[in-house]
Amino acid sequence: MRSALHRAVSGLRWYVRELTDESAYDRYVAHVREHRPEADVPSRREFERMRTDRQEEDPRQGFRCC
Amino acid sequence: MRTDSPRKARPRSIVIWTLVALVSAAAWSVLALSRGEEVSAAWMVAAALGSYAIAYRFYAKFIAHKVLKVDGTRATPAERLNNGIDFHPTDRRVLLGHHFAAIAGAGPLVGPVLAAQMGYLPGTIWIIVGVILAGAVQDMVVLFFSTRRDGRSLGQMAREEIGPFGGAAALIAAFAIMIILLGVLALVIVNALAQSPWGTFSIAMTVPIALLMGVYLRVLRPGRITEVSLIGVALLLFALVAGRWVAESSWAGTFTLAPSTLVVWLVAYGFIASILPVWMLLAPRDYLSTFMKIGTIVLLALGVVIALPTLRMDPVTDFASRGDGPVFAGSLFPFVFITIACGALSGFHALISSGTTPKMIQKETQVRMIGYGSMLMESSVAVMALIAASVIDPGLYFAMNAPAGVIGDTVQNASQVVGGWGYQISPKDLADAAKNVEESSLLSRTGGAPTLAVGVSEIFSEVTGGGLRAFWYHFAIMFEALFILTALDAGTRVGRFMLQDTLGNLYKPFKNVSWKPGLVITSGIVCGLWGYFLWVGVHEPLGGINQLFPIFGISNQLLAAVALAVCTTLLVKSGRLKWAWITGIPLVWDATVTLTASWQKVFSGDPRVGFFKQRSIYQDGIDRGEVIAPAKNMDDMHTIVTNSTVDGVLTAVLALLIVIVIADATRVCIRHVRRPALSTLSEAPYVESRIVAPAGLIATKEEKEEARDAVGAAPGG
Repeated sequence: MRSALHRAVSGLRWYVRELTDESAYDRYVAHVREHRPEADVPSRREFERMRTDRQEEDPRQGFRCC
Repeated sequence: MRTDSPRKARPRSIVIWTLVALVSAAAWSVLALSRGEEVSAAWMVAAALGSYAIAYRFYAKFIAHKVLKVDGTRATPAERLNNGIDFHPTDRRVLLGHHFAAIAGAGPLVGPVLAAQMGYLPGTIWIIVGVILAGAVQDMVVLFFSTRRDGRSLGQMAREEIGPFGGAAALIAAFAIMIILLGVLALVIVNALAQSPWGTFSIAMTVPIALLMGVYLRVLRPGRITEVSLIGVALLLFALVAGRWVAESSWAGTFTLAPSTLVVWLVAYGFIASILPVWMLLAPRDYLSTFMKIGTIVLLALGVVIALPTLRMDPVTDFASRGDGPVFAGSLFPFVFITIACGALSGFHALISSGTTPKMIQKETQVRMIGYGSMLMESSVAVMALIAASVIDPGLYFAMNAPAGVIGDTVQNASQVVGGWGYQISPKDLADAAKNVEESSLLSRTGGAPTLAVGVSEIFSEVTGGGLRAFWYHFAIMFEALFILTALDAGTRVGRFMLQDTLGNLYKPFKNVSWKPGLVITSGIVCGLWGYFLWVGVHEPLGGINQLFPIFGISNQLLAAVALAVCTTLLVKSGRLKWAWITGIPLVWDATVTLTASWQKVFSGDPRVGFFKQRSIYQDGIDRGEVIAPAKNMDDMHTIVTNSTVDGVLTAVLALLIVIVIADATRVCIRHVRRPALSTLSEAPYVESRIVAPAGLIATKEEKEEARDAVGAAPGG
């Protein structure tokens, strides 16, 4: 019973984090660690800046419809 | 691995699908055959959901497996080009949410409301049949082909697969539609906020709230999107409540703005917002509007299902055949089909289905769920909007949606005019309707948003009690205004980007998107262009929505024609000629509707429909020195002549673009059929996929087993 509730809550948390892209940083770090283990990983602050800068350069990224 | 044992339908699924078909057929019969008796919205919901289920289970599956031949063993761009940022395999349920949030906006809420002037039946049929056979097919097929091409955009695919000529026409079409879309959406907002201190205050407050969120994310806690969004939504709801206090206080005058003042504010906002860094306004606003959008759509669905209101609009009104409706002129065919774009068939979705989503899809087999499924969800939003517009008193509906030039500006006059159309509503009822939502007047609140808001407040207050009616009205206005303002900012940036790219061919520095003078100039041009249409719409004596919405519809369906032409060409070129009708028939339908509409808007002898006929009537009036109603003076007469000319020329140009794209696509198809060797197909080469993921929302038994086997086998899980 308790574990079912626990699973539901953590499932919801996972979904919200994925949907809002809050998990983008964790995903990126995991990606860099896996493919280029020797490379430096940016801090979260640097990473989030890079993400908005990319959107600045190509506003079609993440564009929404009417 | 899929085992190809011949599948026999199990008795249980035969029974279930027969039941779904029967319920859906019964619901359609009730909707279609009722005359005069009261029909519950439950029938509309049942007809829609039943039809969607059947279409998704059978037609979409057929397209995915027989036509597109989606290949579960083929790696998608997300897997092959995974860079951890924009290319990355995303869980299908998350991507469904992303894609849905990206395609659904104000569009499916506005069009159906306006189309309700023809009655609820034509709109319902077009929304449901259109999405099943055209809209969802377009989204899925574009998504599939773009996924096979590393997430190429629609414009790139048009250039590569059709040719530079068709490609250029597609690019111009995309730019034109962006400008018209922004102008019309801004007009919807102006009509909703004019003379409404409550609405204006709460919308104005979204700017400081977004700035605060932006600083929070940039400086205080980078990347904590959920918490900042919750803070933002809480502040937003507070601003909404505070709007009522402001409207009742001495500040009310400051926030009571005339339409022309709002135009200046909106254009200034669009310009400044689009040159500010993304993190300051755009990103936080986007989080806010996505939260609000999903929340409100869920609330609306619950409200409709719980309240199951009665439809008060006629199934089919007399305006459908007479073509003299006050909301937009013209008869049912073709105008219902261009008025409702989003929700049935929206060309704009092709921009999302190519580009962003293909870079994130895990498996080709998921295009049915993401492409077709999301579009069905959007269609259901359009059905809810149509329900909301049909549950309010038809008299009120027409008083809200007819231009001031037609119904005058007093409740007595409006009641009389609307009564003349056969819809009785007393002046007192009209005044009370406005008082109930704490607005000074609801007359000529054209654009769809206020009507939707009244419908939503009607449905919600049936659930929560009448006391919250005004709150729900402003909640709905705020929710629409929020993402329309976000669209103004984002759309200006996309338009600017296209312009920078084009101007860069003439003067190099423009190509550098962060070159400041270029940025300011191109932003200014884009805002100036949509600002022009907004200004014209607000000052149009014949009614801005009435005049501009058909052009918006034509341009949106033009983009759909481009997308469907690209799809059909690709089906032919990739050896699927016998299945080309899958997108070919929707293309023929879309072209017929759009070209008929533009033909009538340009050449019709009915001055309510034909732009040039309008022009000549008012020009003759000017020559005779005579003022013709609804113009009040000579200035109005000149405005009408100028606007009708611009509108007419624009419509003709859009129609010409459609013809060019279709002709060029046809040429490529015929060439391919005659001499296939001349065609090139720029598909990314096959790479075997190592990801294991289910195709549909719920994993089947085989898929679960496959995933279990793979966990042991795949390195690193």
